[in-house]
Amino acid sequence: MAAFGGTDTRARKLRWSLLNTLVVVYALVPVLWIMSLSFKTPATLNDGNFIPREWTLENYRSILSTTEFLRALLNSIGIALIATAIAVVLGTMAAYAIARLQFPGKRLLVGVSLLIAMFPQISLVSPLFEIERTLGLFDTWPGLILPYITFSLPLAIYTLSAFFREIPWELEKAAKMDGATPGQAFLKVIAPLAAPGVFTTAILVFIFCWNDFLFALTLTSTERSRTVPVALSFFTGDSQFQDPTGSISAAAVVITVPIIVAVLFFQRRIVAGLTSGAVKG
Amino acid sequence: MSDIVLDRVTKRYPDGALAVQEVNIEIADGEFIILVGPSGCGKSTTLNMIAGLEDITSGELRIDGTVVNDRAPKDRDIAMVFQSYALYPHLSVRENMAFPLRLAKLDTATIDRKVNEAARILDLTQHLDRRPSNLSGGQRQRVAMGRAIVRNPKAFLMDEPLSNLDAKLRVQMRTSVSRLQKQLGTTTVYVTHDQTEAMTLGDRVVVMRGGVVQQIGAPQHLYEHPANLFVAGFIGSPAMNFVPAAVADGGLATALGEIRLTDRLRRAMERADAPREVILGIRPEHFEDASLVDDRMRAEGDVFTGLVDVVESMGSDKYVYYALDEKARSAELEELAADSGSSDVPASEGQLVTRLSAVSPVREGDHHEVWFDLGKVQLFDPSTGRNLTLEA
Repeated sequence: MAAFGGTDTRARKLRWSLLNTLVVVYALVPVLWIMSLSFKTPATLNDGNFIPREWTLENYRSILSTTEFLRALLNSIGIALIATAIAVVLGTMAAYAIARLQFPGKRLLVGVSLLIAMFPQISLVSPLFEIERTLGLFDTWPGLILPYITFSLPLAIYTLSAFFREIPWELEKAAKMDGATPGQAFLKVIAPLAAPGVFTTAILVFIFCWNDFLFALTLTSTERSRTVPVALSFFTGDSQFQDPTGSISAAAVVITVPIIVAVLFFQRRIVAGLTSGAVKG
Repeated sequence: MSDIVLDRVTKRYPDGALAVQEVNIEIADGEFIILVGPSGCGKSTTLNMIAGLEDITSGELRIDGTVVNDRAPKDRDIAMVFQSYALYPHLSVRENMAFPLRLAKLDTATIDRKVNEAARILDLTQHLDRRPSNLSGGQRQRVAMGRAIVRNPKAFLMDEPLSNLDAKLRVQMRTSVSRLQKQLGTTTVYVTHDQTEAMTLGDRVVVMRGGVVQQIGAPQHLYEHPANLFVAGFIGSPAMNFVPAAVADGGLATALGEIRLTDRLRRAMERADAPREVILGIRPEHFEDASLVDDRMRAEGDVFTGLVDVVESMGSDKYVYYALDEKARSAELEELAADSGSSDVPASEGQLVTRLSAVSPVREGDHHEVWFDLGKVQLFDPSTGRNLTLEA
């Protein structure tokens, strides 16, 4: 194998690069297209050029000057952040219990949470709508935060318990022997080691909340709590004859960029193998 | 520094499994005691109960005369070294060793002094600012020891602390653990499955099997006077030879030939009301090449001639293996074989291991005569495992 290794790996590398390029192009073209549209003037929108002939920031200027979009952006950020914070805190506690403790009904709990994750959300939309209207939660922040927590918790519990399972239990025992209370052992030893897992989970949950369209569409009715994906769909031009494509593209870019930045920024932390060297290995 | 007393300590798991059964051990102040046995014998569970990491189902655990059954580990003032070392990967060596002191809310100057002192003793000073992941196995092991000694605890508990090291380093660390314990004079409970560690380290050794203490005693005492087949087979390397023996008139019929009953053996068998079938045990070092034995010694022993299977020359000695037609059978021997993994090697017939002088001219394939010391022969009851030759 070694003797022919050179040509063999080169051919393989080439094949893989080609395949990778194909996948990346396939995934990125729509994104770049949206970006290109967002920089086009209304007159050149449909000229079919990938690179705009006339560059303009007018689309961005117009969406950022309407309260419609700014208010939706504020709703999106607020709702996603609060839901993420609560889901991650609850998820951390639940995942820790699932990874470390034996208690009656553990399998049932894990099973049910998996079931919730699998549930088709559309089937819950009507009941949720009725419930929230009765309870006065309809078209409020909590009205969206609650379902978001419900549906992201299983995800949080699953990812986090996988992380907790990788932390050697002996570290916790060692902390107890060193004089720590269970709380101190968790805060000073387990939590720092679980941090990469918590970050990863937080990002996943945040993206889930940030991208949701279905609940945001059905459980809101006004600017009070409407999030960006829904606000986008309500965009119209200045007159009914004006094409809103430019504004929609600009808004899409504005809400996509934070996610990309967040993932790129946290990727390092996620990958950093903090647990290496804990035990022999 | 203090004494630890286990008084009928029992551990029963919720599913009913009995892990440790009525263990009584009195550990004196400053004593180095070893819990040894095959995996699953309850030694680690016993250690964890002393640590407070596992609940005690019944019985009493007293440290310094105080019952500590219901005290949390942190209130027992005991330090533990784990098999995996359990170093905190996000903390430097210095922070790892300072961790217990910081939890005890000592002031920074004291912490620094104690950590530097421990680092000096363990030769870790130049590694203090490194992370555990950048240390070698031996260095990690020393950091784990350091974290235990900085606090000056009442006792050290060690759970197979050397088993992750490679063979050569393990021997070195064994000596340094022993030296460190003497130097500090701290009561130490040490768990291992390695009988060599048990023999070399401990003031006293506790042999456990299936959650039950088999025998407690000084290493040499266990070696010379094992209470039963299990202890006899577990302590010593290579292990004691066991051959089935039947009582015939005036002697014992064995795979080693007809063995005459000395007064010692006869008295022992009468006293113990021995059954007709027994198991004869004799250690490899109680054999010698018959051509190297003088007449006086020859009179105190007996000889056996057999086909030499394998000769292993160690330089200082020769291990000579003979094939035997029969193999002694008992539950305890089977358990020992399973633990050492030798039950996986198919062997219907027995084997005799002898340790002969290096000058012995023995060669593989020869029919060779070996002498063995009848004064060292021990007899066991195959059904109970009891040592029949043990003086009361």
